Amino acid sequence: MFDPNKVISKRCADIKPSGIRKFFDLLETMPDVVSLTVGQPDFVTPWNIREAAIESIEKGKTYYTSNSGTQKLREALSDYLTSFDLHYEPKGEIIVTCGGSEAVDVAIRALVDDGDEVIVHSPNFVCYEPLVSLCGGKCVTIETVAEENFKVTPEKLRAAITPKTKLLVLSYPNNPTGAIMERADLEALADVLRDTDICVLSDEIYAELTYGGKHVSIASLPGMRERTVVVSGFSKAFAMTGWRLGYACAPSEIAGQILKIHQYAIMCASTASQFAGIEALTNGLAAKDEMVREYDRRRKIVVNELNNIGLKCYVPKGAFYVFPDITVSGLSSDAFAEKLLFEHKACVVPGTAFGSCGEGFVRISYAYSVEHIKEGISRIGAMMRSL
Amino acid sequence: MNKELLEIIEKNARLTNEDIAVMLSKEEGDIKKMITEYEKDGIILGYKALIDWDKTDSEHVNALIELRVSPQPDRGFDKLAEKIGNYPEVTSLYLMSGGYDFMVLLEGKTMREIAYFVAQKLAPLDTVITTATHFVLRKYKDKGVTYGPAYVDERSNCL
Repeated sequence: MFDPNKVISKRCADIKPSGIRKFFDLLETMPDVVSLTVGQPDFVTPWNIREAAIESIEKGKTYYTSNSGTQKLREALSDYLTSFDLHYEPKGEIIVTCGGSEAVDVAIRALVDDGDEVIVHSPNFVCYEPLVSLCGGKCVTIETVAEENFKVTPEKLRAAITPKTKLLVLSYPNNPTGAIMERADLEALADVLRDTDICVLSDEIYAELTYGGKHVSIASLPGMRERTVVVSGFSKAFAMTGWRLGYACAPSEIAGQILKIHQYAIMCASTASQFAGIEALTNGLAAKDEMVREYDRRRKIVVNELNNIGLKCYVPKGAFYVFPDITVSGLSSDAFAEKLLFEHKACVVPGTAFGSCGEGFVRISYAYSVEHIKEGISRIGAMMRSL
Repeated sequence: MNKELLEIIEKNARLTNEDIAVMLSKEEGDIKKMITEYEKDGIILGYKALIDWDKTDSEHVNALIELRVSPQPDRGFDKLAEKIGNYPEVTSLYLMSGGYDFMVLLEGKTMREIAYFVAQKLAPLDTVITTATHFVLRKYKDKGVTYGPAYVDERSNCL
């Protein structure tokens, strides 16, 4: 008798299924819940961007593009990235991918071998570790803490480095904490890395959602460009999650390797999405700025509301999440989220979904209207009062 | 003048002064003072809800009337505008460039009511030369808001 379990690759079987899935499935069966869980913009992609994709389809532009994406989009990206002091050649250094997620995957696959160690920080978005383990690599976790504004410090980085360390993954602005790394923070890490052979994968998908200052990329610091892969995408900045459009930028030696994997696995990003991307970068920046302003206003509202109900909260400087400390409730993150869901019909993501050091925290998304945010937090307040 | 404050409440007039204060990193009292001042100066003229009456059992008919008029020697179009604007049936009134002078937006319960209003009130006015009445068949968007099915959040949950 054929046993499917016997044919599954060991590396795949070893990946733990995401625990939060069950919670989300449950949430979907409860329509009267005020959810603050969603990790994507509530804005619709601006119309001019949608229209550019429609026009490309109407004109019959239904072909594969070159593997690395259309020349025009890569040129637009190259121009756009200069606003972050990043300088990449459209030809050979920029690869357009199916979302930032694919860019992370192909970058890790291009860099990580059996036995390599990859340093990741936590709490964090959950894709890095499974992708590293598929390559036979092993993740070494740096736990970031609220007292240090959820930053990776040079001391912690130094302590995590071993002779096997191949790669450091940085994802700032961070999901779920909303933390950012400022120039001085990154310079301190760069000082640690400069004399090593360690590469950096910098996931900057939330770069545009940085409040009260401009995002700094570690690749813009001296001596860092040659060892860094910058990945980002259109999802968060331009409200384009469903388009699956991202990119990886790296020096040509690394980019060439990434391109090989992308070419065999994906061929090229969706052509209509690429036309939308060109429009986003050429005529969509004002709409992007307006969305960022709106997120910033909600960010202030959400922090204020949380403080009003007695939840301590690191003031996030990026992304669209807050990560309040809920230990005052006396509940674990999971118990807090469950009680809130069942008894008060509101929903947040337990911090443990982002790594064990997320215990004691929950993630609240403010990719919602102000009214919705206030209603959700007032339900959390009702629960806090009932404890 | 605080342009951002005006932009914020133009989009959502139901935010509390406290909310706006938090958004703009100001004191609640400052917001209250500014809003009162803008109301007094006639910069803020009112706060209204957008209602899709088609979803209710209440009858509402809207029409757009083009008026061609002869301007009066002393006060141009203003005197007539004041007069037309006094009718409660008139919801909006604009002086236009192009093929006609006034665009009058009317709201009534029935088409007949609107037709009578045009025939009996607008057309007989001294300086009105012609009228052309266009009934609204369906409202798709008004004041930047799309009319249609209520918003349903279809975003899926992923981390």
